[in-house]
Amino acid sequence: MVQLHKYALTVLLLLFALITLFPIVLTVTGSFMTEREIGLNYDLIGNMTSADGGPQGQFVNWKLVPDWVTLEQFRNVLIDSPTFLLRFWNSMMLVAPIIAGQTIVASLAAFALANLRLPGKDALFLVYIVAMLMPFQVTLVPNYIMADELGILNRAAAIVLPGIFAPFGVFLLRQFYLHIPSPIIEAARMDGAGYARIFLAIVLPLAKSGIAALVVLLFADYWNMVEQPLVFIDDPLKHPLSVYLSRILEGERGVGFAASLLYMSPVILLFLYAETYFVQGIQSSGIKG
Amino acid sequence: MNIHWRKKEIAAAFMFLMPSAGGFALFYVIPFAMGLVYSFQDGTPDGAFVGLAGYRELLASASFRKAAWNTALFTFMSVPLMIGSSLCLAILLNKSVYLRKWLRTAFILPLVVPVASVVFIWQIGFDWNGAVNAWMHSFGMERIDWMKSDWAIVTVTLVYAWKNMGYNVILFLAGLQNIPESYYEIARLEGAGPFTSWRSITMVYLMPTLFFVVLMSIIGSFKVFRETYLIAGNYPHDSIYMLQHYMNNMFLSLDIQKLTAAASLMVGSIMILVAGLYLLERRFRTFME
Repeated sequence: MVQLHKYALTVLLLLFALITLFPIVLTVTGSFMTEREIGLNYDLIGNMTSADGGPQGQFVNWKLVPDWVTLEQFRNVLIDSPTFLLRFWNSMMLVAPIIAGQTIVASLAAFALANLRLPGKDALFLVYIVAMLMPFQVTLVPNYIMADELGILNRAAAIVLPGIFAPFGVFLLRQFYLHIPSPIIEAARMDGAGYARIFLAIVLPLAKSGIAALVVLLFADYWNMVEQPLVFIDDPLKHPLSVYLSRILEGERGVGFAASLLYMSPVILLFLYAETYFVQGIQSSGIKG
Repeated sequence: MNIHWRKKEIAAAFMFLMPSAGGFALFYVIPFAMGLVYSFQDGTPDGAFVGLAGYRELLASASFRKAAWNTALFTFMSVPLMIGSSLCLAILLNKSVYLRKWLRTAFILPLVVPVASVVFIWQIGFDWNGAVNAWMHSFGMERIDWMKSDWAIVTVTLVYAWKNMGYNVILFLAGLQNIPESYYEIARLEGAGPFTSWRSITMVYLMPTLFFVVLMSIIGSFKVFRETYLIAGNYPHDSIYMLQHYMNNMFLSLDIQKLTAAASLMVGSIMILVAGLYLLERRFRTFME
């Protein structure tokens, strides 16, 4: 009886899991179709602009299994034309410096906010939290003007610099650092260790999982970013994959699946590899400090 | 602890905090303060002080009202849907099931899948000639224009919920796992049925998590832009024209005054919301003790 119950529940949840995985599975299988097959299957999409009229009774459906498995799309996307790889590189060049920079800057600041005594630090932390909750558009104009003043408009730096100093990393790492018992730090001081030494030899090793969590969360977040490049970068050649893909789908749908798959793969693989840290990171962002 | 040590600690904390606080001020705090100032000025380059005129104009503008109304509607639709479904999934996952780890992975995977990489799938699904309409047609129902009618907000809600539900699942699961199993055993011994123990144990002890999830979901729903932008472009259907779009368009048309006024209003409402929920939670806590 209990067994049966357990099976039924598992089946129910598996059905839900199928729904959540469905778009991903469809992208994977679609990426092995020929461009011709995609054309034949999905050409009707977007052909209708008005709600009345048009071909009645004609529909496209999600096609799960390709008629003919081929790597044609991948060849087109990766080898025949450099446009995709260029955008992939652009994405990397935005995301990697943000992750590296924010992790370093935040791990330093979180130490001061979590483990050291500094008058007014709680008020400052509150400002970080408020800023973290704001939608991107809130500081759009002033940020734009700031980028213009600094002469970094239309360059990656216009996105990378605000990304490095974004408040999320400070918030997350502070949550992890708070678990470090202050007697350990006191003891190190009594033994004559300086703060730089305490930070490098005690705090960082103890907060390894926090840093791993931050890296995974930042990658998932910035790999997906759309708003910033739309506003700060005019030149389509400098756009990251996210913006580029929305264009590709209007024109060259034939390679859309492979391009999408290649775009989502790094972040999915990283997630599967470091899921524990990812989950830990979200959990500790939910514990209020 | 002598004064000399105390001073040293403050100096060290200051050094650790400096890089982050400096950049944070430059790219977040100062821009926001500038935006606030702009919102009280007129649009001319010398920027004469006009008080609340900008706000009055903003509130009178039909497109702003439309956008604010749509954002509110989206929040009212997406937050209950996401919280309800993720709570159900978390409760079921917390029971004894097979493959629990795999199921959890499946539910949170959409969280890392970039929006742009599954846009094509959604387009195939919700197009006038798309898969959803194909199913409805086969059941003898009239087809619906999912993207270019008032239904668009439903479509965006579904896509958004698909992507972001995993965040709540993680938080709810953590909350559920913090409730000691013995509470349920005692309840069972005292003759409580499954519903009673759900209501008076699970829901009561999950309350703090629920407050946080509600807050984060509402704030998250203010940020919805990628989904609408990538699916529907710069000029989406009226029913999914939200504040983010409005602000982006004000930016493109260089209506800085309206944009900064809208941004300030948004910050104000987010802060009121946070404070309100915080007070509510405090009240709940004192009630528990």
